[in-house]
Amino acid sequence: MRTFLFAKRCAKEILRDPLNMMFGLGFPIVLLLLLSAIQANIPVPLFTIEKLAPGLSVFGLSFMTLFSATLVARDRESAFLQRLYTTPLRPVDYILGYMLPLLPIAVAQSGVCYLAAMLLGLPASIHILHALWTLLPIAAFYIALGLLCGSVFNVKQVGGICGALLTNLSAWLSGIWFDLDLVGGAFAKVAYALPFVHGVEAQRAVVGGDLAGAWPHLLPVIGYAAVILAGAVVLFLRQMKKQ
Amino acid sequence: MDAIKTMDLTKQYKDVTAVDHLNLTIRQGELFSLLGVNGAGKTTTIKMLSCLSAPTSGDALVGGSSIVSDALKVKSLIGVSPQETAVAPNLSVKENLELMCGIHGFARDKRLAKVDELSRQLDLNSVLSKRAGKLSGGWQRRVSIAMALISEPAILFLDEPTLGLDVIARSELWDVIRALKGKITIILTTHYMEEAEALSDRIGIMKSGRLLMTGTAGELMAHAGTDRFEDAFISIVKEAQA
Repeated sequence: MRTFLFAKRCAKEILRDPLNMMFGLGFPIVLLLLLSAIQANIPVPLFTIEKLAPGLSVFGLSFMTLFSATLVARDRESAFLQRLYTTPLRPVDYILGYMLPLLPIAVAQSGVCYLAAMLLGLPASIHILHALWTLLPIAAFYIALGLLCGSVFNVKQVGGICGALLTNLSAWLSGIWFDLDLVGGAFAKVAYALPFVHGVEAQRAVVGGDLAGAWPHLLPVIGYAAVILAGAVVLFLRQMKKQ
Repeated sequence: MDAIKTMDLTKQYKDVTAVDHLNLTIRQGELFSLLGVNGAGKTTTIKMLSCLSAPTSGDALVGGSSIVSDALKVKSLIGVSPQETAVAPNLSVKENLELMCGIHGFARDKRLAKVDELSRQLDLNSVLSKRAGKLSGGWQRRVSIAMALISEPAILFLDEPTLGLDVIARSELWDVIRALKGKITIILTTHYMEEAEALSDRIGIMKSGRLLMTGTAGELMAHAGTDRFEDAFISIVKEAQA
């Protein structure tokens, strides 16, 4: 019950911030429209709607990192967490309370992105529904990364690290904007060692109707999500103890 | 009965002793102010007494329970209004109060009654539906105190409650604090002399982590041989430096 109450509060904090809504929902759709317009004039295989929509759906998740990191960092800075540490809330209530509301928000964001893509020509099929549930481990990775950053950095640092650095990393190393194999070498090796491109490839496989083909990409993402979540819990508890 | 009794309570950060063997007794129902300049150790003392920070050595009994070995019991007895406003900014005032009620496990009926009671007690009815983050500093402090009172604490910690407020907001908040006097034990930290003098039953003067002296404002002035409280404070602090 306490977890639910705290999660409800976190959801309200995020959803009532107009900037969050603008970036979370608006930005991926603007990119989708822009790149679809480019595609209409100069066709690029990477920017076909079947490849673009899953890519932008995953790219939009980098905002979940920003949302969760900002919320945790702000709660630390404003001493709101300090107040809650003197109440019966347990560490698990905080962790789940911060993470759980962002999962449906991530799915909703992705749903809106796919809906916009369907209006632009993506065939409506059951695969889109599969894409939404297979998005969950990818979303969990991004949200846990936010919890980790929010436990360590202040609001200003979070803006720089999650708002700028991570969104760029997530863009460059995901294979959304260019084929990683075209760059090749160490760049491609690093990119394939990280989860971003695997998240995109998993979504592309699911949207393309190859659910089984998504698992080899989902597994490394799940591994990363587990490790990052464990790190986030340790760092959150450490800052809690430091209070 | 003593509300709080500290025994050689000490907090060390690397080579800095933030609180140095603090021995202090605060009586039940008393409004006790910890007065000192910045870095005196007031907030660190509050953090240890509210179980937010573990002491390096020593202990304290809060409501008869040890902050070291029985933190959960202590937490059930206290309310804390931190130095920062510590409200959920995108929630309305009512939602902030309801959140705290829920966290403390109140059923719906009690939750409604409590929000109503505190809204009347702290005169919050006019801002109940407004987002807490949009309120002025004075109103946010008032909400912060209301949130600290939700759990019906026997002991309330107010850390620099009027810091940064204008003179009117400060005066209004003093009225709120005066209205609470006698009902619960209040421990207030401040570096405003007039605040300590106007509100407190007793005052403890801290400097560099050490408690220099405790007493009523009158007793401290008599000790220093001055008729102004500010002069008494300066004299006591300088005497300790000599």
